[in-house]
Amino acid sequence: MTLVKGRVFTFWLLIIVVGCILYSMRRVSKGKEVSIRKIPGLDAIEEAIGRATEMGRPVHYCPGIGGISAVEAPQTFSGLAILNYVARLTARFDVPLIVTIRQPEVFPMAEETVRQAYLEEGRSDAYDPSNIRFLSSQQFAYAAAVFGIMSREKPAANLMFGAFWAEALMLAEVGAEVGAMQITGTAQLSQVPFFVASSDYTLIGEELFAAAAYLSGDSNQIGSIVGQDMAKLIVVFLIVVGVVTRSFGSTFFEELLSK
Amino acid sequence: MRQELPMILAFIVGILMIVSFFFTSETLGEAARTVENWGVIVAAFALGLASINLIQIHAKKITRGKGLDWLYSGALLFSMIGMAVLGIAKGPTHPTYQFWFDALFVPGQATVYAMTGFFIASAAYRAFRIRNLDSAILLVSAAILMLANVPVGEKIWSQFPAMGEWLMNVPNLAGQRGMLIGAGIGGIASGIRVLLGIERTYLGGSGS
Repeated sequence: MTLVKGRVFTFWLLIIVVGCILYSMRRVSKGKEVSIRKIPGLDAIEEAIGRATEMGRPVHYCPGIGGISAVEAPQTFSGLAILNYVARLTARFDVPLIVTIRQPEVFPMAEETVRQAYLEEGRSDAYDPSNIRFLSSQQFAYAAAVFGIMSREKPAANLMFGAFWAEALMLAEVGAEVGAMQITGTAQLSQVPFFVASSDYTLIGEELFAAAAYLSGDSNQIGSIVGQDMAKLIVVFLIVVGVVTRSFGSTFFEELLSK
Repeated sequence: MRQELPMILAFIVGILMIVSFFFTSETLGEAARTVENWGVIVAAFALGLASINLIQIHAKKITRGKGLDWLYSGALLFSMIGMAVLGIAKGPTHPTYQFWFDALFVPGQATVYAMTGFFIASAAYRAFRIRNLDSAILLVSAAILMLANVPVGEKIWSQFPAMGEWLMNVPNLAGQRGMLIGAGIGGIASGIRVLLGIERTYLGGSGS
């Protein structure tokens, strides 16, 4: 069993990144004090749900339209983790939560996430399974269905966290039209500008992945965010080494990367 | 056990997929392909479950008969069940099935997609209103890029295409790559949390 050609460097880099994350998790869980910067978008979720409560209108949530088995899976998991936090708040404030789903395999996970959140808040009576809605596995059919739900039910808060593609701007614009406070987040780079243009707050790239840890307050999870920053420093160092070596005409680093 | 078993399974399957990606081994490759096939089967079951949810919600709307909702729900259930029956009976490549798919579904999808242009215009209007320095920079950059991409821009000033290219290849690409690296490492950290069972909100519950 040998390493696949062209993936040797990636493998060792992955080992280093994982090592940084595990080391930081261990340090923080042992009591090392760390502070992580505030993420305004996540802090605003409570405000958005409070606004929905005051207006007597529902909250719309979408955990992205990506699945759980492809490259966008971490975004979907982050979307579900934020859904847990949102469902707890909606249960506490007694405001209806409408969750719209595109991927069939995400549907039972979203249903269980919301159900458990209501149960743990002692509000299982307020949990309405018909508000967790699978709409369509087709991208624009899903988008059209969300337009309809937004237009008819006029949510006061539109929360969208996960992987989005061409429908991102459409959903956010319809949310803006119905006067919803919008908090969005994605790591799909092509969709970030659309969310920034049409939302009140946007979680960009890595902020989405940090969200679950940030909201949980769990030391292990917060440690993983510190580990992410350590890994980023290593990548910055590698970029500098690459720039310097290439500037002096050396191809050593390129050869190392392609191993 | 309700949470532990799925966590153990997620760990084993996750490690298997990572190892099979990096190492050359026929046995591991075969195991990874088998697990991928299981994933397809599980997804098919999930589609069945999701379809039941769809039918329940819309059947309830029809029985309530409120406003025009019952009509939309009726149309949805009629077309959904009709196409499913046709697909099972004749197969998805049958001309009748293909006709309804091409005549109704494809134009519908294209229509929704085509609306993107109008949504971009309204989002751009809001984003480009000069409220602070950031939106002013956004407006100027967007105006230069638009002029760089239309033939009249070059007629106005020959340097517009070069400026547009510089904006795309230098500040834009630098920002995008920064975000990409951050998102990549964030994705790895998120994966580790899920694999180790530290992050388990997807199984229901508080997750830590």
